[in-house]
Amino acid sequence: MGLEQFKNRNVGQQNYVMLDLEHTPETGMGKFRQVVRRTFKAELFVGLWVTMREMINALFKGQMHTVKYPFEKLPISPRYRAIHEMLRLLESGHYRCIGCGLCEKICISNCITMDTRYDENQRKEVSEYTINFGRCIFCGYCAEVCPELAIVHGPRYETASEQRASFSLFEDMLTPIDKLNLQQEYDGFGAVTPNADENIKKTPLAY
Amino acid sequence: MEVVTYTNVETFVQHLPEVTAAGVWIKAIIILAIISAVAGFGTYLERKVLAFMQRRLGPMHVGPYGLLQIIADGIKLFTKEDIVPQNANRLIFMVAPVITAATAFIALAAVPVFPDFTIPEWIPVLGGTFVPSIAADLNIGILFVLGMMAAGLYGPLLAGMAQANKWGIIGAARTAVQFLSYEVVTGLSILAPIMLVGSLSFVDFNEAQAGGISHWLIWQQPVAFVLFLIAGFAETNRTPFDLLEHEAEVVSGYATEYSGMRWGMFFIGEYANMITISIIAAIVFLGGYSEEGIGWLTIILKVGFFFFLMLWVRAAWPHVRPDQLMWLCWKVLMPIAVINVVITGIVMMV
Ligand code: SF4
Ligand code: SF4
Repeated sequence: MGLEQFKNRNVGQQNYVMLDLEHTPETGMGKFRQVVRRTFKAELFVGLWVTMREMINALFKGQMHTVKYPFEKLPISPRYRAIHEMLRLLESGHYRCIGCGLCEKICISNCITMDTRYDENQRKEVSEYTINFGRCIFCGYCAEVCPELAIVHGPRYETASEQRASFSLFEDMLTPIDKLNLQQEYDGFGAVTPNADENIKKTPLAY
Repeated sequence: MEVVTYTNVETFVQHLPEVTAAGVWIKAIIILAIISAVAGFGTYLERKVLAFMQRRLGPMHVGPYGLLQIIADGIKLFTKEDIVPQNANRLIFMVAPVITAATAFIALAAVPVFPDFTIPEWIPVLGGTFVPSIAADLNIGILFVLGMMAAGLYGPLLAGMAQANKWGIIGAARTAVQFLSYEVVTGLSILAPIMLVGSLSFVDFNEAQAGGISHWLIWQQPVAFVLFLIAGFAETNRTPFDLLEHEAEVVSGYATEYSGMRWGMFFIGEYANMITISIIAAIVFLGGYSEEGIGWLTIILKVGFFFFLMLWVRAAWPHVRPDQLMWLCWKVLMPIAVINVVITGIVMMV
C-alpha cells in the first residue's frame, strides 16, 4: 500500500461524504411509509452479512485478532522504557560499565546507587550497582547519558514480582554470560517500531 | 382434508410397536440427559460463534479448543454458594428458577426428539422395550408446547418480583410486557399452518410435508414463518428481544440476585427453550424429519440452522426498547398475522 493518501494533508480536498439523514416524518402516513421502506430495504440482512463476513475473514483468511497473551506478545516499540539492562562487550564478555557515575548523577529520582574501586590491575571496577525500582520513574535519562551504551532499557515490561529487589541488583540486570550472543543492542531514542509500516494506517490523517 | 389426515394417523399408529410406560420413562431420562448436555454445549457454541463473528478466538485454554470449558463452568455453577438476599421472599425466590427449567423440559415431552428405537434383547431387564420418539404423543402437541413455554415465563416474572431488587422488578415488569405482546403473535402466526394441516399434532405436520422440499409449509406460509421466527426470538428471550436481562440497562434484570445453580437453571431453561423453538420451526415449516434414510440427520441440521441463526442475530443486531417491542407486536405483527389467517381461510374455502 502506498503512503500517498497519508501524506495528503490538504484536509479540505478529501472525499467527505454527506450522510443522507432524512427528516423525521410528521404525518401518520409519512411514518407508515418510513416503516414500510425500512422493512423492505433489507438493511437488517446487511447487518447479518457483515458479521458473517467477519467470521469468514477470521476463520479462513487469518484475520483473527486474538493475541494469546502470555504465549504470544505484540512487538513493543524500541523506545519503550522498561526494566533496565546492563549490557556486555560482545568481544570479551566483560560488562561495559566503566564506573563513570554519570547515570548516578543524572538520575532525577536518586535511585541509582553505585560504588567503584580499583581491582588488582589498578583498573576501575564496579563493586556495587543497584537501582531502587520503588523510586525509578523510568525517565530514561540514565540510558541517555551513559557514554558506553552500558545501561539501557530492556523490553521486559512484566514486572510483577514478590519483591522489587528481584530486578535491581547489578547481576540481575547484566546480560547472562551464556546468553551473550542473544544480547540485543538498544536501538535508542527515536527508533521506530518494527511494525511501524503496518501501524501507520491508524494515524488520524487517514480519515 | 381432515379425513385424509385421520387415515394417515391410523396407518402411522398401526405399524408402530406398543408404547409402554418403561419406554416413556427411558425416553424422559434420555431427553433430560441429552438436552441438558446440549444446552451446556450450546453455551460453548454461543461463545465460540460470537467470538468468531468479532474475530476473537473464544474459550481456548480448558481442553482442546476450550471444549472442557463447559465442565469447568458446570463445576463452578454447582459448587457456588446459594445466596438468598435478605429481604427476598425466600420460597418464591427459590422456586422460580425451577419453574423455568421444569417447564422447558415439560415442553420437550411433546416434541419429537431423536428417532424411536427398540432396546436390544440381550440387555437385561429393559431388553425389548420400545422407546418412542415423542415421550407423550399428544394430539394437541403444538398447543401443549406453546402453553408450557408461555407458563415458563412465570419463572422470570416471579424471580424478579421476589428478590427485593429494583433491577429485578424492572426485569419482571418487562417480562409481563413481553409476555403480553408476543404471545398473541405466536398463536396467530402458527394458526394459519394449523388451518392448512388441520391438526395440532406434530406427527400430522410431519406427514403433511412428507413429499420433499416442495411440500414444505414455508412456501405456502412464508409470512407465518417470519412472524413465528420473530415471536420465537421473543419467546426465548434472545436478542433483539432480550429485554428481561439486558445488561446494559438493568444489570441482569430478573436474574440480578441469582448465583450458582439457581442461575444455572434459568440458563438451562433458556437454552432448552431455544432448542424447542428450533424444533417447532423445523417441523412446522421446514418439513420436519423423515423416518427412513438420513431423515433424522436432516432435522438435526435444520435445528442446528435455527440455533445458529439465533447466535448470528445476536452478533449482528442491536436490541429493541420495550416500547418498540410493544409497538412492533401490536401495531405491525399482529395485524399482519390476522390478515395472514384471513387470507389463508379465504384461499382454503375457494
Ligand atoms: S530511568 Fe530515570 S529515574 Fe530510573 S534510574 Fe534511570 S535516570 Fe533514574
Ligand atoms: S553512565 Fe553508564 S558507564 Fe557510567 S556508570 Fe552509569 S552505566 Fe556505567
